Amino acid sequence: MPSATELKRRIEAALPGSAVSVEDLTGGGDHFRAEVVSERFDGLSRLEQHRLVYDVFGSEVGGPIHALSIKTSIPSGGTP
Amino acid sequence: MTNTEIRDFIASSIDENPVMLFMKGTPHQPACGFSARTSACLNALGVKYAALDILPDPRIREELSSLSGWPTIPQLFVDGELIGGADIVIEMYESGELAEKLEVEQPEDAPEPEPQQQRQAPIGLENRLD
Repeated sequence: MPSATELKRRIEAALPGSAVSVEDLTGGGDHFRAEVVSERFDGLSRLEQHRLVYDVFGSEVGGPIHALSIKTSIPSGGTP
Repeated sequence: MTNTEIRDFIASSIDENPVMLFMKGTPHQPACGFSARTSACLNALGVKYAALDILPDPRIREELSSLSGWPTIPQLFVDGELIGGADIVIEMYESGELAEKLEVEQPEDAPEPEPQQQRQAPIGLENRLD
């Protein structure tokens, strides 16, 4: 069963330098909400940004990860 | 129906309906909170849209996701283009982008896109599309 910590780690690994928080919405390990702040989103549409996050999990979304709600943003204040 | 027929039906639904929502349940009896909130956004804007319940046959979802490259339900298409799932539709509703995209006025006091009814519809109810 996936955990919020595992999802967070995998998103951070796939999008280096990103700030990620993942919440298990039901405590059941299948409904999650991820907030991802990453430079990688710069210049991408919202749809493309969400796809980048979904792509981390491939067919697990809709499978063991029943629902993954996503909020993406680009860091403000320039590059670190 | 064969998988190809299902796929063709999905493709023509997207093609023929300027605003096409694939969801779990129906706008009247949504079977999932994400689908409920997404259709509530469209209802709040007062746009006409076509909706297809993906639950009656698991192949509808499989073929839809393979066609759109989007893994979750709901999925909203406008003029044949995938807009996104619940998160994107709700964000765009709140920012006014959805009204702009659909060429309608954003309501003055944009109501929260909360579904009118939250009750879960059991799978297999009659499909009551408008």
